[in-house]
Amino acid sequence: MLRIDQVSKVFYPGTVNEKTALEDINLTVSRGDFITVVGSNGSGKSTLFNLISGTYPVTGGKLLIEGKDVTSTPEYRRAFTIGRIFQDPTKGTAAKMSIEDNLITAYSKGMKGLRISLNAEKRELFRKELKQLSMGLEARLKDNVGLLSGGQRQALTLLMTVLSRPKMLLLDEHTAALDPRNAQIVMDLTMQFIDKYELTALMVTHNMQHAIDFGNRLLMMDEGKIILDLSAEEKKSLTVPKLVKLFKSIKKKDYVSDEDLLTE
Amino acid sequence: MIEGIFVDGLIFSIMVMGVLISYRILDFPDLTCDGSFATGAAVATMAIVNGWGIPAALLLSFFAGAIAGMVTATIHNRLKVPGLLAGILTMTMLYSINIRILGGRANVPLLRTTTLYTEFPKVFSALGQTGSVLVGTLIIVLVVKEMMDVFFRTDLGISIGALGSNEQMIISMGIDPRRLKVIGIGISNAFIALSGGLLAQYQGFADANLGQGMVVQGLAAIMIGEFLFDSNKISFITLRVVLGAIIYKALMFLGRYYGYYIKLTPSDLKLLTGILVIISLLIAQTRSAASTADARKKALRRNKEKREAETREKENAHVED
Ligand SMILES: Nc1ncnc2c1ncn2[C@@H]1O[C@H](COP(=O)(O)OP(=O)(O)OP(=O)(O)O)[C@@H](O)[C@H]1O
Ligand SMILES: [Mg+2]
Repeated sequence: MLRIDQVSKVFYPGTVNEKTALEDINLTVSRGDFITVVGSNGSGKSTLFNLISGTYPVTGGKLLIEGKDVTSTPEYRRAFTIGRIFQDPTKGTAAKMSIEDNLITAYSKGMKGLRISLNAEKRELFRKELKQLSMGLEARLKDNVGLLSGGQRQALTLLMTVLSRPKMLLLDEHTAALDPRNAQIVMDLTMQFIDKYELTALMVTHNMQHAIDFGNRLLMMDEGKIILDLSAEEKKSLTVPKLVKLFKSIKKKDYVSDEDLLTE
Repeated sequence: MIEGIFVDGLIFSIMVMGVLISYRILDFPDLTCDGSFATGAAVATMAIVNGWGIPAALLLSFFAGAIAGMVTATIHNRLKVPGLLAGILTMTMLYSINIRILGGRANVPLLRTTTLYTEFPKVFSALGQTGSVLVGTLIIVLVVKEMMDVFFRTDLGISIGALGSNEQMIISMGIDPRRLKVIGIGISNAFIALSGGLLAQYQGFADANLGQGMVVQGLAAIMIGEFLFDSNKISFITLRVVLGAIIYKALMFLGRYYGYYIKLTPSDLKLLTGILVIISLLIAQTRSAASTADARKKALRRNKEKREAETREKENAHVED
């Protein structure tokens, strides 16, 4: 499904601000995988997603989606296969447009024509789809999205993303900005949609329990590298304390002579 | 007199529709407008002077404006410069081009020729001179308004609106935002130039300086319209534009007509327009600050209620213990 081959990312190369965000990443994602990604702040998780979806060009290496080299394919083209949800609930929807206008834009990917697709039949379909969210949005088709709460907006983003039929989902802490109840709802919906549409997914989370409970593979990132890659088998016996211990032991191995460690 | 304000306002409202597309729908501060308005006037005038007929004159000014807008969007897309700078570049270049179109002159009159405004009284002869001019202009404005309303309900139109609200979403939906900008800014300037083409025929001349300060006037009209009523439906938004444009022209007329009592001269009108926009912005800001403060208060109250509910629950739990 996705192959990341020796990919690295350096921001502002050749300047005083030069910053290596990713170093020689290799990763192969199979169809149907649901991979959770953890790692401390600044470890490069979002940058990895930005490279996969094409927001930033890679500094080195190659990206292949379904066997095709997409390293220099623009972001909007890659979006045909990749659906992306950000931490910020305002990023996925157009606030100044109504719910139905948002949905019709998402309903088919790619450049639009002069047809008026938004008709009674579509509205009926949208109502049915919105009902799945159980947020009462089916009665508010004509309301501007800007009027919705963060949780409602994120649920709508999720629905719009799956309606546009991507093959792969990139979820970047997509429940982190929500209150616990809404986070739960959006997470449940995410699982439901991943099952229903048989999506391949990568999910960044700071919630270790989520990282362990969900998915069939777990990656841990640190300082621009993937330092841990656990299979479904290995995840089964995993607990949060074990995961933290694992993290600490890897860090220790890498930084035996590091002064940082002494001060800890 | 009063009919003059209406006709002026109606013609102006087509220009404001263009400004609406760039500033409000696309959120692209486009200054091409100041040039393309005069381009429309120049093209229509020369087409009529050369005897190509009124329909050709209007169509040509429409397309000339579209090209000007597409140039601006392309400069912005390819060179990755801010829209503002791209618009200023096109506007500046258009000043020279407009004089070229006018055959090297800054001003070309439309005397003793057939224009829309010599034809209207013939077509609607039953309505008399003023009535026919008013009705004829109104029909054109209604057609343009209908075109806008239909276009922004099409899939393409909706995606242009979505682009103005959230570019990332458009990219995520597999659309190249650069293409949408070329189309949107193109249509915006097409309407602006069409308005210029109409004004040239109404006032009987084209002038290379006709577009000066158009953007700000357009913004003033949009903001006046926005005070009238609130809506997210395109047909109401365009209606608001037409009303705002007429009210703006009426205000300017009052400024010109009665301003002399307080020693205002016509050259002060641009200053007045700017002040009008600043006042509108201030009012809008105060309003949104008020609604944010309101939302904040509500949120605090909700939190307080939640805390209280939690404490109550805890107390109840204690009792049960
Ligand atoms: N656009 C950018 N320009 C410059 N540096 C950047 C940019 N984006 C990310 N970085 C840097 O790259 C590193 C990795 O950042 P990234 O956002 O990928 O971290 P993350 O793992 O997503 O962290 P978090 O958990 O806080 O979201 C950081 O040091 C960050 O400062
Ligand atoms: Mg991040």
